[in-house]
Amino acid sequence: MTQLALVIDLNVCVGCQACVTSCKQWNTSGSAGPLADFNPYGADPTGTFFNRVQTFEVGEYPNTQTVHFPKSCLHCEDPPCVPVCPTGASYKRATDGIVLVDYDKCIGCKYCSWACPYGVRELDEERKVMTKCTLCVDRIYDTALPEAERKPACVLACPTSARLFGDIHDPASAVSEAIRKNAGYPLMPEWGTKPSNHYLPRRKTAVRIHEDELVRSDNPLKIDGLLPKPAKAEPSLDDVTSW
Amino acid sequence: MRPDLSVLLLTTLIGAGQGLYLALVTVQVYALFGLLPAQDGRAFFAPGSAIALVLLVTGLAASFFHLGRPERAWRSAAKWRTSWLSREVIVLPAFIGLVFVSGVAHFLHYGPVLAELPSGIPVDATVVLGLVGTVLAFALFLCTGMIYASLPFLREWASPFTVVNFTLMGGASGFTLAAAFSVWTAPSLTPFLAAWALILTLLAFAGRLASLVRNAKLRPKSTLQTAIGIKHPRIVQTSQGFLGGSFNTREFFHGRSRGFLRSIRWLFPVAAFAIPAALLAAFVAGAGAVLLPVAAVVQYAGLLAERWFFFAEANHPQNLYYQAIG
Ligand code: SF4
Ligand code: SF4
Repeated sequence: MTQLALVIDLNVCVGCQACVTSCKQWNTSGSAGPLADFNPYGADPTGTFFNRVQTFEVGEYPNTQTVHFPKSCLHCEDPPCVPVCPTGASYKRATDGIVLVDYDKCIGCKYCSWACPYGVRELDEERKVMTKCTLCVDRIYDTALPEAERKPACVLACPTSARLFGDIHDPASAVSEAIRKNAGYPLMPEWGTKPSNHYLPRRKTAVRIHEDELVRSDNPLKIDGLLPKPAKAEPSLDDVTSW
Repeated sequence: MRPDLSVLLLTTLIGAGQGLYLALVTVQVYALFGLLPAQDGRAFFAPGSAIALVLLVTGLAASFFHLGRPERAWRSAAKWRTSWLSREVIVLPAFIGLVFVSGVAHFLHYGPVLAELPSGIPVDATVVLGLVGTVLAFALFLCTGMIYASLPFLREWASPFTVVNFTLMGGASGFTLAAAFSVWTAPSLTPFLAAWALILTLLAFAGRLASLVRNAKLRPKSTLQTAIGIKHPRIVQTSQGFLGGSFNTREFFHGRSRGFLRSIRWLFPVAAFAIPAALLAAFVAGAGAVLLPVAAVVQYAGLLAERWFFFAEANHPQNLYYQAIG
Protein backbone atom coordinates (compact mmCIF):
# COMPACT_ATOMS: atom_id res chain seq x y z
CA MET A 1 0.00 0.00 0.00
CA THR A 2 1.22 3.42 -0.93
CA GLN A 3 0.16 6.61 0.81
CA LEU A 4 1.57 9.68 -0.82
CA ALA A 5 1.77 12.71 1.42
CA LEU A 6 3.53 15.95 2.19
CA VAL A 7 5.70 16.51 5.21
CA ILE A 8 5.94 20.16 6.11
CA ASP A 9 8.82 21.38 8.19
CA LEU A 10 7.64 24.25 10.39
CA ASN A 11 11.22 24.66 11.48
CA VAL A 12 12.30 26.05 8.16
CA CYS A 13 9.15 27.48 6.58
CA VAL A 14 9.67 31.22 6.25
CA GLY A 15 6.13 32.04 5.11
CA CYS A 16 7.20 33.33 1.69
CA GLN A 17 4.00 32.05 -0.03
CA ALA A 18 6.00 30.58 -2.92
CA CYS A 19 4.12 27.28 -2.57
CA VAL A 20 0.80 29.13 -2.62
CA THR A 21 1.53 30.90 -5.88
CA SER A 22 3.12 27.92 -7.62
CA CYS A 23 0.18 25.75 -6.55
CA LYS A 24 -2.26 28.28 -7.90
CA GLN A 25 -0.31 28.68 -11.12
CA TRP A 26 -0.10 24.96 -11.81
CA ASN A 27 -3.62 24.10 -10.81
CA THR A 28 -5.34 27.01 -12.50
CA SER A 29 -3.61 26.17 -15.78
CA GLY A 30 -4.46 22.49 -15.99
CA SER A 31 -7.08 20.66 -17.98
CA ALA A 32 -9.32 20.41 -14.89
CA GLY A 33 -10.28 24.06 -15.30
CA PRO A 34 -9.34 27.35 -13.64
CA LEU A 35 -9.32 28.19 -9.95
CA ALA A 36 -11.43 31.27 -10.28
CA ASP A 37 -10.63 34.65 -8.74
CA PHE A 38 -13.23 37.36 -8.32
CA ASN A 39 -12.46 41.06 -7.80
CA PRO A 40 -8.74 40.35 -7.62
CA TYR A 41 -8.02 44.10 -7.56
CA GLY A 42 -11.30 45.25 -6.05
CA ALA A 43 -12.46 45.93 -2.54
CA ASP A 44 -13.49 42.42 -1.63
CA PRO A 45 -11.28 39.94 -3.46
CA THR A 46 -11.96 36.24 -3.25
CA GLY A 47 -10.64 33.17 -4.97
CA THR A 48 -10.02 29.46 -4.82
CA PHE A 49 -6.71 28.15 -3.53
CA PHE A 50 -5.64 24.62 -2.67
CA ASN A 51 -2.92 25.78 -0.34
CA ARG A 52 -2.80 28.60 2.18
CA VAL A 53 0.09 29.73 4.33
CA GLN A 54 -1.05 31.11 7.64
CA THR A 55 0.89 32.77 10.43
CA PHE A 56 0.59 32.22 14.15
CA GLU A 57 2.30 33.90 17.03
CA VAL A 58 3.18 31.53 19.83
CA GLY A 59 4.02 32.81 23.29
CA GLU A 60 4.05 36.23 24.90
CA TYR A 61 6.36 39.07 24.00
CA PRO A 62 9.36 39.01 24.26
CA ASN A 63 9.32 35.20 24.24
CA THR A 64 7.46 34.78 20.98
CA GLN A 65 7.89 32.57 17.99
CA THR A 66 6.32 33.37 14.66
CA VAL A 67 5.17 30.13 13.10
CA HIS A 68 4.30 30.03 9.43
CA PHE A 69 1.86 27.27 8.79
CA PRO A 70 1.10 25.99 5.28
CA LYS A 71 -2.21 24.17 5.08
CA SER A 72 -3.71 22.05 2.31
CA CYS A 73 -5.69 18.82 2.14
CA LEU A 74 -3.98 16.30 4.40
CA HIS A 75 -5.09 13.27 2.35
CA CYS A 76 -6.37 11.59 5.48
CA GLU A 77 -6.06 7.82 5.68
CA ASP A 78 -9.56 7.73 7.12
CA PRO A 79 -11.07 10.75 5.35
CA PRO A 80 -14.44 11.82 6.80
CA CYS A 81 -15.09 13.85 3.65
CA VAL A 82 -15.36 10.79 1.41
CA PRO A 83 -18.20 8.63 2.81
CA VAL A 84 -20.54 11.63 3.18
CA CYS A 85 -20.38 12.55 -0.51
CA PRO A 86 -23.75 11.54 -2.00
CA THR A 87 -22.50 11.24 -5.57
CA GLY A 88 -19.20 9.46 -5.13
CA ALA A 89 -17.42 12.49 -6.59
CA SER A 90 -15.10 12.55 -3.56
CA TYR A 91 -12.99 9.44 -3.39
CA LYS A 92 -9.72 8.09 -2.10
CA ARG A 93 -7.52 6.27 -4.57
CA ALA A 94 -6.58 2.78 -3.44
CA THR A 95 -3.34 2.84 -5.41
CA ASP A 96 -1.66 5.85 -3.82
CA GLY A 97 -4.03 7.16 -1.16
CA ILE A 98 -4.66 10.53 -2.83
CA VAL A 99 -8.10 11.98 -2.01
CA LEU A 100 -9.63 13.49 -5.13
CA VAL A 101 -12.84 15.14 -6.34
CA ASP A 102 -14.29 14.13 -9.69
CA TYR A 103 -15.30 17.54 -11.01
CA ASP A 104 -17.65 15.94 -13.53
CA LYS A 105 -19.69 14.22 -10.84
CA CYS A 106 -19.70 16.83 -8.07
CA ILE A 107 -23.04 18.57 -7.57
CA GLY A 108 -21.61 21.29 -5.33
CA CYS A 109 -23.65 20.36 -2.28
CA LYS A 110 -20.74 21.34 0.04
CA TYR A 111 -21.46 18.48 2.41
CA CYS A 112 -17.87 17.19 2.15
CA SER A 113 -16.52 20.58 3.19
CA TRP A 114 -18.70 20.42 6.30
CA ALA A 115 -17.28 16.97 6.99
CA CYS A 116 -13.62 18.05 6.80
CA PRO A 117 -12.43 19.43 10.14
CA TYR A 118 -9.47 21.22 8.55
CA GLY A 119 -11.23 23.65 6.22
CA VAL A 120 -9.16 22.76 3.18
CA ARG A 121 -11.92 22.17 0.66
CA GLU A 122 -13.01 25.23 -1.29
CA LEU A 123 -16.00 25.46 -3.57
CA ASP A 124 -14.93 27.07 -6.82
CA GLU A 125 -17.39 29.88 -7.36
CA GLU A 126 -17.10 29.77 -11.11
CA ARG A 127 -17.24 26.05 -11.78
CA LYS A 128 -19.55 25.49 -8.77
CA VAL A 129 -17.79 22.30 -7.79
CA MET A 130 -15.72 21.38 -4.75
CA THR A 131 -11.98 21.67 -5.23
CA LYS A 132 -8.97 20.82 -3.17
CA CYS A 133 -5.32 19.77 -3.28
CA THR A 134 -4.69 16.86 -5.67
CA LEU A 135 -1.04 16.39 -4.68
CA CYS A 136 -0.50 17.45 -8.30
CA VAL A 137 -1.70 14.09 -9.50
CA ASP A 138 -1.30 15.48 -13.02
CA ARG A 139 2.43 16.07 -12.47
CA ILE A 140 3.74 13.28 -10.32
CA TYR A 141 3.03 10.50 -12.85
CA ASP A 142 3.78 12.54 -15.97
CA THR A 143 6.56 10.71 -17.75
CA ALA A 144 7.00 13.65 -20.10
CA LEU A 145 8.52 15.57 -17.21
CA PRO A 146 12.09 14.95 -16.09
CA GLU A 147 12.12 12.57 -13.13
CA ALA A 148 13.21 15.27 -10.67
CA GLU A 149 10.18 17.40 -11.57
CA ARG A 150 7.59 14.69 -10.93
CA LYS A 151 6.69 16.28 -7.62
CA PRO A 152 3.90 18.60 -6.51
CA ALA A 153 4.40 22.18 -7.68
CA CYS A 154 4.58 23.47 -4.10
CA VAL A 155 7.44 21.11 -3.25
CA LEU A 156 9.45 22.28 -6.25
CA ALA A 157 8.82 25.94 -5.44
CA CYS A 158 9.79 25.90 -1.77
CA PRO A 159 13.08 27.79 -1.44
CA THR A 160 13.87 26.36 2.00
CA SER A 161 12.96 22.73 1.29
CA ALA A 162 10.29 22.93 3.96
CA ARG A 163 8.09 20.60 1.92
CA LEU A 164 8.93 16.95 1.42
CA PHE A 165 6.90 14.60 -0.73
CA GLY A 166 6.79 10.83 -0.69
CA ASP A 167 5.20 7.61 0.50
CA ILE A 168 4.66 7.60 4.24
CA HIS A 169 3.91 3.86 4.19
CA ASP A 170 7.40 3.07 2.96
CA PRO A 171 9.56 3.09 6.10
CA ALA A 172 12.67 3.81 4.04
CA SER A 173 11.27 6.89 2.29
CA ALA A 174 12.65 10.34 3.06
CA VAL A 175 9.25 11.43 4.41
CA SER A 176 8.95 8.48 6.77
CA GLU A 177 12.46 9.07 7.99
CA ALA A 178 11.76 12.77 8.51
CA ILE A 179 8.62 11.97 10.51
CA ARG A 180 10.48 9.39 12.59
CA LYS A 181 13.60 11.38 13.27
CA ASN A 182 12.02 14.78 13.78
CA ALA A 183 8.87 13.90 15.66
CA GLY A 184 6.49 14.58 12.78
CA TYR A 185 2.89 14.89 13.93
CA PRO A 186 -0.62 15.00 12.40
CA LEU A 187 -3.17 17.82 12.90
CA MET A 188 -6.23 17.45 15.15
CA PRO A 189 -5.59 13.81 16.04
CA GLU A 190 -8.73 13.92 18.22
CA TRP A 191 -11.01 13.18 15.26
CA GLY A 192 -9.38 9.93 14.16
CA THR A 193 -8.99 11.08 10.57
CA LYS A 194 -5.37 9.88 10.44
CA PRO A 195 -4.02 12.69 8.26
CA SER A 196 -1.28 11.53 5.90
CA ASN A 197 0.41 14.91 5.73
CA HIS A 198 2.61 15.46 8.75
CA TYR A 199 4.22 18.52 10.26
CA LEU A 200 7.72 18.69 11.67
CA PRO A 201 7.89 20.82 14.80
CA ARG A 202 10.18 23.71 15.63
CA ARG A 203 13.44 22.29 16.92
CA LYS A 204 17.06 23.11 17.53
CA THR A 205 18.68 23.65 14.18
CA ALA A 206 21.41 21.15 13.50
CA VAL A 207 24.11 21.90 10.97
CA ARG A 208 24.24 19.16 8.42
CA ILE A 209 27.78 18.51 7.17
CA HIS A 210 28.24 16.42 4.09
CA GLU A 211 31.27 14.24 3.43
CA ASP A 212 32.52 16.43 0.59
CA GLU A 213 32.50 19.43 2.87
CA LEU A 214 34.96 17.71 5.20
CA VAL A 215 37.27 16.51 2.51
CA ARG A 216 38.54 19.27 0.27
CA SER A 217 37.69 17.53 -2.93
CA ASP A 218 39.13 20.41 -4.94
CA ASN A 219 42.56 20.11 -3.39
CA PRO A 220 44.87 19.17 -6.26
CA LEU A 221 47.59 17.92 -3.94
CA LYS A 222 45.35 15.19 -2.67
CA ILE A 223 44.96 13.65 -6.06
CA ASP A 224 48.60 12.64 -6.15
CA GLY A 225 48.53 11.38 -2.61
CA LEU A 226 51.94 13.00 -2.21
CA LEU A 227 51.35 14.52 1.14
CA PRO A 228 50.55 12.63 4.36
CA LYS A 229 46.83 12.22 5.19
CA PRO A 230 46.32 12.63 8.93
CA ALA A 231 43.24 11.22 10.68
CA LYS A 232 40.18 13.48 10.60
CA ALA A 233 40.50 14.54 14.20
CA GLU A 234 44.13 15.58 13.82
CA PRO A 235 45.06 19.11 12.80
CA SER A 236 45.75 19.65 9.15
CA LEU A 237 47.73 22.32 7.41
CA ASP A 238 47.32 23.64 3.90
CA ASP A 239 50.07 22.50 1.55
CA VAL A 240 51.52 20.31 4.30
CA THR A 241 48.87 17.63 4.63
CA SER A 242 46.34 16.20 2.21
CA TRP A 243 43.06 17.37 3.75
CA MET B 1 -22.11 27.45 10.13
CA ARG B 2 -23.82 29.77 7.69
CA PRO B 3 -27.58 29.26 7.68
CA ASP B 4 -28.50 28.89 4.02
CA LEU B 5 -32.08 29.90 3.31
CA SER B 6 -32.60 26.99 0.93
CA VAL B 7 -31.70 24.50 3.65
CA LEU B 8 -33.79 26.30 6.27
CA LEU B 9 -36.78 26.08 3.93
CA LEU B 10 -36.06 22.50 2.95
CA THR B 11 -35.87 21.14 6.50
CA THR B 12 -38.79 23.11 7.91
CA LEU B 13 -41.14 22.60 4.96
CA ILE B 14 -40.61 18.88 4.56
CA GLY B 15 -40.83 18.47 8.35
CA ALA B 16 -44.25 20.14 8.34
CA GLY B 17 -45.29 18.09 5.30
CA GLN B 18 -44.26 14.85 7.00
CA GLY B 19 -46.05 15.87 10.19
CA LEU B 20 -49.21 16.78 8.30
CA TYR B 21 -49.23 13.45 6.50
CA LEU B 22 -48.69 11.62 9.79
CA ALA B 23 -51.65 13.53 11.23
CA LEU B 24 -53.83 12.38 8.33
CA VAL B 25 -52.79 8.76 8.84
CA THR B 26 -53.42 9.06 12.57
CA VAL B 27 -56.96 10.22 11.88
CA GLN B 28 -57.47 7.39 9.43
CA VAL B 29 -56.22 4.73 11.84
CA TYR B 30 -58.32 6.10 14.72
CA ALA B 31 -61.35 6.11 12.41
CA LEU B 32 -60.57 2.55 11.34
CA PHE B 33 -61.04 1.42 14.91
CA GLY B 34 -64.11 3.55 15.32
CA LEU B 35 -62.45 5.99 17.72
CA LEU B 36 -63.09 8.97 15.48
CA PRO B 37 -65.81 9.65 12.93
CA ALA B 38 -64.78 8.36 9.49
CA GLN B 39 -63.84 11.07 7.01
CA ASP B 40 -64.56 11.27 3.35
CA GLY B 41 -61.50 10.74 1.20
CA ARG B 42 -62.32 13.51 -1.22
CA ALA B 43 -63.31 16.10 1.37
CA PHE B 44 -60.56 15.52 3.95
CA PHE B 45 -57.72 13.17 3.02
CA ALA B 46 -57.20 14.25 -0.59
CA PRO B 47 -56.92 18.01 0.14
CA GLY B 48 -54.79 17.25 3.21
CA SER B 49 -52.44 15.14 1.11
CA ALA B 50 -52.35 17.92 -1.46
CA ILE B 51 -51.20 20.46 1.15
CA ALA B 52 -48.55 18.02 2.40
CA LEU B 53 -47.47 17.53 -1.20
CA VAL B 54 -47.14 21.28 -1.77
CA LEU B 55 -44.97 21.60 1.36
CA LEU B 56 -42.77 18.67 0.37
CA VAL B 57 -42.33 19.73 -3.22
CA THR B 58 -41.60 23.33 -2.25
CA GLY B 59 -38.99 22.07 0.19
CA LEU B 60 -37.46 19.85 -2.47
CA ALA B 61 -37.43 22.74 -4.94
CA ALA B 62 -35.75 24.99 -2.36
CA SER B 63 -33.03 22.42 -1.81
CA PHE B 64 -31.93 22.74 -5.42
CA PHE B 65 -30.85 26.30 -4.72
CA HIS B 66 -28.32 24.91 -2.28
CA LEU B 67 -26.52 23.03 -5.05
CA GLY B 68 -23.81 24.47 -7.23
CA ARG B 69 -24.73 22.09 -10.04
CA PRO B 70 -28.44 21.33 -9.65
CA GLU B 71 -28.61 19.76 -13.11
CA ARG B 72 -26.53 16.87 -11.77
CA ALA B 73 -28.68 16.31 -8.70
CA TRP B 74 -29.74 12.87 -9.93
CA ARG B 75 -26.23 11.64 -9.24
CA SER B 76 -26.69 12.13 -5.53
CA ALA B 77 -28.62 8.88 -5.10
CA ALA B 78 -25.45 6.91 -5.82
CA LYS B 79 -23.80 6.55 -2.41
CA TRP B 80 -26.71 5.55 -0.20
CA ARG B 81 -24.51 2.93 1.43
CA THR B 82 -22.38 5.53 3.18
CA SER B 83 -24.02 8.94 2.90
CA TRP B 84 -27.08 10.09 4.84
CA LEU B 85 -27.51 12.88 2.31
CA SER B 86 -27.79 10.30 -0.43
CA ARG B 87 -30.32 8.36 1.64
CA GLU B 88 -32.40 11.49 2.08
CA VAL B 89 -32.24 12.10 -1.64
CA ILE B 90 -33.81 8.66 -2.16
CA VAL B 91 -36.37 8.71 0.66
CA LEU B 92 -37.71 12.21 0.00
CA PRO B 93 -38.92 11.58 -3.59
CA ALA B 94 -40.20 8.16 -2.52
CA PHE B 95 -42.24 9.80 0.23
CA ILE B 96 -43.49 12.51 -2.12
CA GLY B 97 -44.55 9.83 -4.59
CA LEU B 98 -46.36 7.93 -1.89
CA VAL B 99 -48.20 11.00 -0.61
CA PHE B 100 -49.27 11.69 -4.18
CA VAL B 101 -50.50 8.14 -4.78
CA SER B 102 -52.32 7.95 -1.49
CA GLY B 103 -53.95 11.37 -2.08
CA VAL B 104 -55.11 10.22 -5.52
CA ALA B 105 -56.45 6.95 -4.07
CA HIS B 106 -58.43 8.90 -1.49
CA PHE B 107 -59.70 11.31 -4.13
CA LEU B 108 -60.91 8.47 -6.37
CA HIS B 109 -62.28 6.55 -3.40
CA TYR B 110 -60.09 3.73 -4.57
CA GLY B 111 -59.96 1.28 -1.68
CA PRO B 112 -60.03 -2.44 -2.42
CA VAL B 113 -59.95 -4.37 0.83
CA LEU B 114 -56.55 -6.04 1.02
CA ALA B 115 -56.82 -7.75 4.37
CA GLU B 116 -59.06 -8.14 7.33
CA LEU B 117 -58.07 -7.79 10.95
CA PRO B 118 -59.04 -10.66 13.31
CA SER B 119 -61.74 -8.41 14.72
CA GLY B 120 -63.27 -8.16 11.27
CA ILE B 121 -62.13 -4.62 10.49
CA PRO B 122 -61.34 -4.34 6.76
CA VAL B 123 -57.93 -2.92 5.81
CA ASP B 124 -58.16 -1.23 2.45
CA ALA B 125 -55.48 0.04 0.09
CA THR B 126 -55.47 3.58 1.49
CA VAL B 127 -54.70 2.28 4.98
CA VAL B 128 -51.80 0.20 3.66
CA LEU B 129 -50.51 3.22 1.74
CA GLY B 130 -50.83 5.28 4.90
CA LEU B 131 -48.78 2.80 6.89
CA VAL B 132 -46.05 2.66 4.24
CA GLY B 133 -46.10 6.46 4.22
CA THR B 134 -45.68 6.49 7.99
CA VAL B 135 -42.57 4.34 7.71
CA LEU B 136 -41.20 6.60 4.96
CA ALA B 137 -41.99 9.75 6.96
CA PHE B 138 -40.04 8.48 9.95
CA ALA B 139 -37.24 7.27 7.69
CA LEU B 140 -37.07 10.75 6.23
CA PHE B 141 -36.86 12.36 9.68
CA LEU B 142 -34.03 9.96 10.46
CA CYS B 143 -32.15 10.79 7.24
CA THR B 144 -32.56 14.55 7.61
CA GLY B 145 -31.44 14.49 11.22
CA MET B 146 -28.53 12.15 10.60
CA ILE B 147 -27.13 14.39 7.86
CA TYR B 148 -26.25 16.74 10.71
CA ALA B 149 -25.90 14.32 13.61
CA SER B 150 -23.37 12.16 11.77
CA LEU B 151 -20.66 14.84 11.63
CA PRO B 152 -18.74 14.17 14.86
CA PHE B 153 -16.77 17.41 15.04
CA LEU B 154 -19.84 19.59 14.65
CA ARG B 155 -20.52 18.80 18.26
CA GLU B 156 -23.66 20.91 18.60
CA TRP B 157 -25.23 18.61 16.00
CA ALA B 158 -23.64 15.28 16.86
CA SER B 159 -26.21 14.07 19.34
CA PRO B 160 -29.42 12.01 19.29
CA PHE B 161 -31.27 15.27 20.07
CA THR B 162 -30.82 16.32 16.45
CA VAL B 163 -32.84 13.41 15.07
CA VAL B 164 -35.38 13.38 17.91
CA ASN B 165 -35.97 17.12 17.70
CA PHE B 166 -36.28 17.18 13.91
CA THR B 167 -38.96 14.51 14.31
CA LEU B 168 -40.77 16.26 17.16
CA MET B 169 -40.65 19.70 15.56
CA GLY B 170 -41.81 18.36 12.20
CA GLY B 171 -44.59 16.46 13.94
CA ALA B 172 -45.64 19.47 16.00
CA SER B 173 -45.80 21.85 13.02
CA GLY B 174 -47.61 19.23 10.92
CA PHE B 175 -50.24 18.51 13.57
CA THR B 176 -50.81 22.21 14.22
CA LEU B 177 -51.30 22.67 10.52
CA ALA B 178 -53.66 19.68 10.42
CA ALA B 179 -55.69 21.15 13.27
CA ALA B 180 -55.98 24.46 11.41
CA PHE B 181 -56.88 22.64 8.19
CA SER B 182 -59.59 20.60 9.92
CA VAL B 183 -61.38 23.78 11.01
CA TRP B 184 -62.62 24.01 7.42
CA THR B 185 -62.72 20.39 6.36
CA ALA B 186 -63.63 18.33 9.43
CA PRO B 187 -64.53 20.43 12.48
CA SER B 188 -65.39 17.31 14.46
CA LEU B 189 -61.71 16.34 14.39
CA THR B 190 -60.29 19.70 15.39
CA PRO B 191 -60.17 19.16 19.17
CA PHE B 192 -58.45 15.80 18.67
CA LEU B 193 -55.83 17.22 16.32
CA ALA B 194 -55.30 20.33 18.43
CA ALA B 195 -54.71 18.18 21.51
CA TRP B 196 -52.08 16.12 19.70
CA ALA B 197 -50.51 19.28 18.30
CA LEU B 198 -50.28 20.66 21.84
CA ILE B 199 -48.66 17.46 23.15
CA LEU B 200 -46.13 17.36 20.30
CA THR B 201 -45.36 21.07 20.63
CA LEU B 202 -44.66 20.64 24.32
CA LEU B 203 -42.48 17.57 23.66
CA ALA B 204 -40.58 19.44 20.97
CA PHE B 205 -40.17 22.36 23.37
CA ALA B 206 -38.69 20.05 25.99
CA GLY B 207 -36.41 18.33 23.48
CA ARG B 208 -35.13 21.58 22.04
CA LEU B 209 -34.52 23.13 25.44
CA ALA B 210 -32.63 20.01 26.49
CA SER B 211 -30.40 20.29 23.43
CA LEU B 212 -29.84 24.02 24.13
CA VAL B 213 -28.72 23.14 27.64
CA ARG B 214 -26.49 20.36 26.34
CA ASN B 215 -24.88 22.60 23.75
CA ALA B 216 -24.30 25.39 26.23
CA LYS B 217 -22.20 22.98 28.27
CA LEU B 218 -20.03 21.81 25.39
CA ARG B 219 -16.33 22.45 25.66
CA PRO B 220 -14.47 22.49 22.35
CA LYS B 221 -12.37 19.42 21.67
CA SER B 222 -10.30 21.09 19.00
CA THR B 223 -8.23 24.09 19.96
CA LEU B 224 -5.58 26.17 18.24
CA GLN B 225 -3.09 23.87 19.99
CA THR B 226 -4.40 20.74 18.31
CA ALA B 227 -5.13 22.63 15.09
CA ILE B 228 -1.48 23.49 14.48
CA GLY B 229 0.04 20.96 16.87
CA ILE B 230 1.98 23.36 19.06
CA LYS B 231 1.82 23.02 22.79
CA HIS B 232 1.59 26.48 24.22
CA PRO B 233 -1.25 28.11 26.11
CA ARG B 234 -1.00 31.34 24.16
CA ILE B 235 -1.31 31.09 20.39
CA VAL B 236 -2.85 33.80 18.26
CA GLN B 237 -3.30 33.86 14.56
CA THR B 238 -1.77 36.88 12.91
CA SER B 239 -2.64 35.93 9.34
CA GLN B 240 -5.08 33.51 7.76
CA GLY B 241 -3.05 33.73 4.60
CA PHE B 242 -5.08 36.21 2.59
CA LEU B 243 -6.64 39.65 2.86
CA GLY B 244 -9.98 39.03 1.17
CA GLY B 245 -12.66 36.43 1.70
CA SER B 246 -12.77 32.82 0.68
CA PHE B 247 -15.18 29.91 0.74
CA ASN B 248 -13.91 29.10 4.22
CA THR B 249 -14.63 32.56 5.61
CA ARG B 250 -18.17 32.54 4.18
CA GLU B 251 -19.56 29.03 4.49
CA PHE B 252 -18.68 28.40 8.12
CA PHE B 253 -19.56 31.67 9.85
CA HIS B 254 -23.06 33.03 10.40
CA GLY B 255 -21.82 36.58 9.92
CA ARG B 256 -24.08 38.16 12.55
CA SER B 257 -23.26 39.70 15.90
CA ARG B 258 -23.29 37.79 19.15
CA GLY B 259 -26.21 39.91 20.26
CA PHE B 260 -28.22 38.88 17.22
CA LEU B 261 -27.47 35.22 17.93
CA ARG B 262 -28.49 35.64 21.54
CA SER B 263 -31.75 37.35 20.66
CA ILE B 264 -32.67 34.56 18.23
CA ARG B 265 -31.92 32.06 20.98
CA TRP B 266 -34.61 33.73 23.08
CA LEU B 267 -36.95 34.42 20.23
CA PHE B 268 -37.28 31.01 18.60
CA PRO B 269 -38.47 28.99 21.63
CA VAL B 270 -41.15 31.61 22.20
CA ALA B 271 -42.32 31.69 18.59
CA ALA B 272 -41.95 28.02 17.75
CA PHE B 273 -43.22 26.51 20.99
CA ALA B 274 -44.50 28.84 23.71
CA ILE B 275 -46.95 30.95 21.68
CA PRO B 276 -48.32 28.05 19.59
CA ALA B 277 -48.69 25.93 22.72
CA ALA B 278 -50.57 28.74 24.47
CA LEU B 279 -52.86 29.21 21.46
CA LEU B 280 -53.50 25.48 21.14
CA ALA B 281 -54.18 25.20 24.87
CA ALA B 282 -56.57 28.12 24.67
CA PHE B 283 -58.43 26.41 21.85
CA VAL B 284 -58.57 23.12 23.73
CA ALA B 285 -59.93 25.08 26.69
CA GLY B 286 -62.72 26.44 24.55
CA ALA B 287 -61.48 29.54 22.73
CA GLY B 288 -62.30 30.21 19.06
CA ALA B 289 -60.95 28.11 16.20
CA VAL B 290 -59.43 31.22 14.60
CA LEU B 291 -56.49 30.70 16.95
CA LEU B 292 -55.37 27.58 15.09
CA PRO B 293 -54.28 29.09 11.76
CA VAL B 294 -52.52 31.80 13.76
CA ALA B 295 -50.74 29.12 15.79
CA ALA B 296 -49.66 27.32 12.60
CA VAL B 297 -48.22 30.47 11.02
CA VAL B 298 -46.42 31.62 14.18
CA GLN B 299 -45.02 28.15 14.73
CA TYR B 300 -43.70 27.88 11.20
CA ALA B 301 -41.99 31.27 11.48
CA GLY B 302 -40.59 30.20 14.84
CA LEU B 303 -39.23 27.01 13.36
CA LEU B 304 -37.50 28.98 10.61
CA ALA B 305 -35.79 30.98 13.37
CA GLU B 306 -35.03 27.72 15.19
CA ARG B 307 -33.35 26.31 12.09
CA TRP B 308 -31.38 29.52 11.60
CA PHE B 309 -30.11 29.19 15.14
CA PHE B 310 -29.41 25.48 14.67
CA PHE B 311 -26.93 26.35 11.95
CA ALA B 312 -25.53 29.52 13.46
CA GLU B 313 -24.86 27.83 16.77
CA ALA B 314 -22.76 25.05 15.23
CA ASN B 315 -19.11 25.94 15.51
CA HIS B 316 -16.95 24.22 12.94
CA PRO B 317 -13.36 23.41 13.99
CA GLN B 318 -12.11 24.83 10.70
CA ASN B 319 -12.96 28.27 12.07
CA LEU B 320 -9.85 28.00 14.23
CA TYR B 321 -7.81 28.49 11.07
CA TYR B 322 -9.70 31.61 9.96
CA GLN B 323 -9.44 34.09 12.80
CA ALA B 324 -7.32 36.95 11.53
CA ILE B 325 -7.37 38.69 8.20
CA GLY B 326 -3.86 39.36 7.01
S1 SF4 C 1 -7.88 17.03 5.02
FE1 SF4 C 1 -10.09 17.26 4.81
S2 SF4 C 1 -10.46 17.15 2.61
FE2 SF4 C 1 -8.42 16.32 2.95
S3 SF4 C 1 -8.76 14.09 3.16
FE3 SF4 C 1 -8.76 14.97 5.24
S4 SF4 C 1 -10.92 15.36 5.67
FE4 SF4 C 1 -10.74 15.08 3.44
S1 SF4 D 1 -19.74 19.06 -2.90
FE1 SF4 D 1 -19.30 17.54 -4.52
S2 SF4 D 1 -17.62 16.31 -3.71
FE2 SF4 D 1 -18.52 17.41 -1.97
S3 SF4 D 1 -20.05 16.03 -1.09
FE3 SF4 D 1 -21.15 17.32 -2.57
S4 SF4 D 1 -21.07 16.15 -4.49
FE4 SF4 D 1 -19.53 15.23 -3.14
